[in-house]
Amino acid sequence: MTAALDFTPSPGAAPLPRMVLAQAGAEVRSVLRNGEQLLLTLIIPILVLVGFSAVPLLEVPGRRVDFVAPGVLALAIMSTAFTGQAIGTGFERRYGVLKRLGATPLSRTGLMLAKTLAVIAVEVLQIAVIAAVALGMGWRPQGNPLWAALLVLAGTAAFSGLALLMAGTLRAEATLAAANLVYLVLLGLGGVVVPLTSFPHGLRTVVELLPITALTGGLREVLAHGSGLPVRDLLVLLAWAALTLGLASRVFRWE
Amino acid sequence: MTVPKLVSMDSPAVALTDLVKRYGRTVAIDGLTLSAGRGEVTAVLGPNGAGKTSTVEICEGFRRADAGTVRVLGLDPARHARELRPRVGVMLQSGGVPPAARAGEWLRLVSRFHARPLDPPALLDRLGLTDHARTPYRRLSGGQQQRLSLAAAVIGRPDLVFLDEPTAGLDPQARHACWEIVRELRAQGVSTVLTTHHMDEAEKLADKVVIIDRGTVVSQGSPRSLTGAERQLRFRARPGLDLDELLNALPAGSTAKESPSGHYVIEGHVGPELLGTVTAWCAAEGVTADDLSVERRTLEDVFLELTGRELR
Repeated sequence: MTAALDFTPSPGAAPLPRMVLAQAGAEVRSVLRNGEQLLLTLIIPILVLVGFSAVPLLEVPGRRVDFVAPGVLALAIMSTAFTGQAIGTGFERRYGVLKRLGATPLSRTGLMLAKTLAVIAVEVLQIAVIAAVALGMGWRPQGNPLWAALLVLAGTAAFSGLALLMAGTLRAEATLAAANLVYLVLLGLGGVVVPLTSFPHGLRTVVELLPITALTGGLREVLAHGSGLPVRDLLVLLAWAALTLGLASRVFRWE
Repeated sequence: MTVPKLVSMDSPAVALTDLVKRYGRTVAIDGLTLSAGRGEVTAVLGPNGAGKTSTVEICEGFRRADAGTVRVLGLDPARHARELRPRVGVMLQSGGVPPAARAGEWLRLVSRFHARPLDPPALLDRLGLTDHARTPYRRLSGGQQQRLSLAAAVIGRPDLVFLDEPTAGLDPQARHACWEIVRELRAQGVSTVLTTHHMDEAEKLADKVVIIDRGTVVSQGSPRSLTGAERQLRFRARPGLDLDELLNALPAGSTAKESPSGHYVIEGHVGPELLGTVTAWCAAEGVTADDLSVERRTLEDVFLELTGRELR
């Protein structure tokens, strides 16, 4: 064994920003290092973007890439904030990581801030890559980017709430299965690539209240049609966020 | 660097009074009272299921007691978690680390949560993990995982560490390395509470041993006070020797018993005189005392006497 270490007690918590940044950095690294996560967050959205923009698989209004790109952005947000976060947090709970972190000076609020920051950082990366590919395919985004950013943030909150609700209550394996299932169902129903106009009227009314539909619809309103802030879609997302985050904060089990 | 203490050094590291914890209809902790002194090593010893982990997890703030009072460094972990978290280092019995996290990265992350942490590479080195700094947690051996958890418990330079079964599943060399760290912590003023079901661990390391069984303390004190100053004389011989006759020859207050058959134990003031009396008596009886030995009672003996059961 080597030199003696100075174990003399000198306890103290690091400043909150340092703790949060350290934890957020660790979370981003774990996403970027995880093959399945990358598949979900980047590769699938880009395949959908390229595939549906290039090949006339479905009848869509307007230019193909202008219709598909906002949907793929919404899909990417959902994959990170919901699917990735639900599975990641579910397994952190299962492996006792949440419990162990609970015994460090990083508070639960700090941990949630770090997770939010990590999700947003990954989303920024996704948006940059997807936007670059879409622009390369002739995408011509319209509208005010601020409205798009606002929708992305509200969507992130709604999907995070849903993710934490699942991860904090179900077994890790159940979360894994359910998160993937919900991802696929929402991908099909949410107007990501299939226009809502092709659904029967009754189904459409229900589907329009889903968070993915609101995010896709809102982003498409702004980016494809140059509309002002889509208030209805934003309200749907905020309602989901309030409901799921409120519920998650009550029922979340840390171990 | 010295840091002003928020709480006086007088309060014990841990003070539990009449603690009760139930899981459904199972009573895991049943009116447990114990204290652990500042700067001391306290070993909570007991068989599996005795309530050791539940007790420690209540002190760590992971669980709430159903009744009784809990004070850790003078504070209530349920109410003062924020003050306590930087001051208390925790080693869980297992897990707690993301399987894909690399050993060095995990330790660095935990170090970033503290104001004046130890240097992560130096600590890794001290625990013999330098070669595994880039190894994901899931690919470390059980012993390496334990050592990483120990490192994470001490890296923030806490006042008090809780080590839940720190040497479970370790090979003898790794156990000794762990003991060495605990001794070093003690030498530098850190209080340690550890759980174990290894008697030798408690005997060698602890200033104080708390024996618990079925959720309650059956005895506590220094290893020496528990095992007693008294020594025992043990030998093997043919079964059925007449011990009453022997007792007459021994000093008053001595005891002699045959348990199990053919194994004899003499307790009392075991000195040269007693030894001489016993061997002379054996010679007179025409028996050869095999494996004659003088030894102290072990904690194992104490546990057996208190509960009528083996520790493991």
